[in-house]
Amino acid sequence: MKKFLTALLFAPLMAFASGGVHLDTWPGSVSDKAGLQNGAKLFVNYCLNCHGASYMRYKNLTELGLSEQQVKDNLMFTADKIGELMRVAARTDEQKAWFGAAPPDLTVIARARASEMGSGADWLYTYLRTFYKDDKRPTGWNNVAFDNVGMPHILWELQGTQVMGEDHKLKLEVPGKLSPADYDKAVSDLVGFLVWMAEPQQEFRKTLGYGVIAFLALLFVVAYALKKEYWKDIH
Amino acid sequence: MAAGNFEKYKSDGSLGGNLLEWVDARFPATSMWKGHLSEYYAPKNFNFWYFFGSLALLVLVIQIVTGIFLVMHYKPDAALNANGVPVAFASVEYIMRDVPGGWLIRYMHSTGASAFFIVVYLHIFRGLLYGSYRKPRELTWLFGVGIFLCLMGEAFFGYLLPWGQMSFWGAQVIVNLFSAIPLVGQDLSIIIRGDFVVGDATLNRFFAFHVIAFPLVLLGLVAAHVLALHETGSNNPDGVEIKANKDENGIPRDGIPFHPYYTVKDIVGVVVFLIVFSAVMFFAPEGGGYFLEYNNFFPADPLKTPPHIAPVWYFTPYYSVLRAMVWNFFGLEAKFWGVVGMGASVVIFAFLPWLDRSPVKSIRYRGPIYKTMLTIFVICFFILGYLGTQPPSFWGEKISQVCTLFYFGFFLAMPWWSRMDKFKAVPDRVTMK
Repeated sequence: MKKFLTALLFAPLMAFASGGVHLDTWPGSVSDKAGLQNGAKLFVNYCLNCHGASYMRYKNLTELGLSEQQVKDNLMFTADKIGELMRVAARTDEQKAWFGAAPPDLTVIARARASEMGSGADWLYTYLRTFYKDDKRPTGWNNVAFDNVGMPHILWELQGTQVMGEDHKLKLEVPGKLSPADYDKAVSDLVGFLVWMAEPQQEFRKTLGYGVIAFLALLFVVAYALKKEYWKDIH
Repeated sequence: MAAGNFEKYKSDGSLGGNLLEWVDARFPATSMWKGHLSEYYAPKNFNFWYFFGSLALLVLVIQIVTGIFLVMHYKPDAALNANGVPVAFASVEYIMRDVPGGWLIRYMHSTGASAFFIVVYLHIFRGLLYGSYRKPRELTWLFGVGIFLCLMGEAFFGYLLPWGQMSFWGAQVIVNLFSAIPLVGQDLSIIIRGDFVVGDATLNRFFAFHVIAFPLVLLGLVAAHVLALHETGSNNPDGVEIKANKDENGIPRDGIPFHPYYTVKDIVGVVVFLIVFSAVMFFAPEGGGYFLEYNNFFPADPLKTPPHIAPVWYFTPYYSVLRAMVWNFFGLEAKFWGVVGMGASVVIFAFLPWLDRSPVKSIRYRGPIYKTMLTIFVICFFILGYLGTQPPSFWGEKISQVCTLFYFGFFLAMPWWSRMDKFKAVPDRVTMK
């Protein structure tokens, strides 16, 4: 619905949108609760070690259909209280020394990475699946969506090792713990969590929107009838 | 029609009546109500284009009320918090997540900013269609141009406050423009920033401008705009002066009391507007990256210049005019002429009442020349707006130069072409379509 309305509103401008790296379309959905829970698990295990989600509270994870105890037992490793922000365990000044730049906060990354090439979800879904081995990089990794990226491939044990072929296509050289299809699903879940976290109330926002517009539509009928009644003698 | 010539209220003996009589003896309650609403006579033939004045007032109220609630939680502080994020940026996300209903208030304010410009652009276009700026409404028009300038300042200052990448770099680019002014430019840009680069001092003074200085001036100008309008009475789609034809009681024959006729009609406009507003706010609050720019979800980073810095959509036509000026004249650099062009492209509207020499006001009785000129002007405005969102390019520059030339030609040559047209006879009374 949102995409449709956006397209409708900005169709004349969008027609001129320029090209770039081709982004794969994120196949997931923010209403897939099981997927979001899996994404949350991947996020706290793999991402939260270096990246913060510092506008987000652990308590809000209960909106994914988990009890506070489940969140505490499965998703909280570095915090004591459920109301705490999802801070990064490492210190930003130390990270700056290690990586050259502090890894960005990921709370709203799915919104920040949107562009005329695709949604933020599309970018993240492409980015997390297109790491490949590159000995010229200090980390040993490069990326198709983010050229010369500073981050190493954190999910390599799941995906395995990709190399860039002569034909500029990625090939899986060493298989990982997950099959390619399972890896895509895992990344899709992780991206789903990032999209949800960027705006946790987004589903409620739309629900409320339908209600408000329905009310206004009724109000329109009344207002229009009132106007007609007052104006019937004006010619 | 000015307030003052109305009889004071006489109580009917009831408690409420006594109170009103007491108040009315000490305050022009009755005369203001009658002079501006129940006995303010507006032409009966207003059409679709006449909704946007009251809608602009509505959006102004939305912005002020939502703004008050945002200020309760927003912190204009560029320092980094314990998580390495600027406090200002984090406080906006705090409003979006932790303040109950905060996301709704914030989206109303951000969508309201774009809606304000859409409504005001349509309101100005109405003036061009029906010659609302012509004698005797020149002052109403001038106050209106003042409102528009004030609104641009208000939007510019407000855009820095979320302290995202586009906030920061947009302000950096625009404030740097002032340094192109000879002699005083360097000092002027330092005074505006409060520092040598955009920083905490800039954020704090822009906050002060945005929440108090400019809103105060804006409200004063809006009051003057409405008072001046009510002194002369409204124009209408026929451009006929309804006061020229009054009945035996001194009431214009083509006029109807603003209240209740236009209040009930404007309620319909308000509801339709709110439906469109809600559709954007609830289903596409980012407006496809035009209302909330994607890059602005990255916190401001003075060390990382974005590859492409574009102002928000409502400034892009003027930004294109700025970029179209690429020549050095009279020993002054092109950037200076760009700034002059950008300023002139807004201020030139103020001269319309004296540039337009046609014998009729409304487009309904003008000939093909005006219709053609106005159409090309609007097309140029849209092209300039589109090009302003795009990175600089060879053809973009050439096209924006042609459009800029026409933009100024439209105004500066108007004293000649506005007279040359074929005109139709204007009727004595307004027409209902």
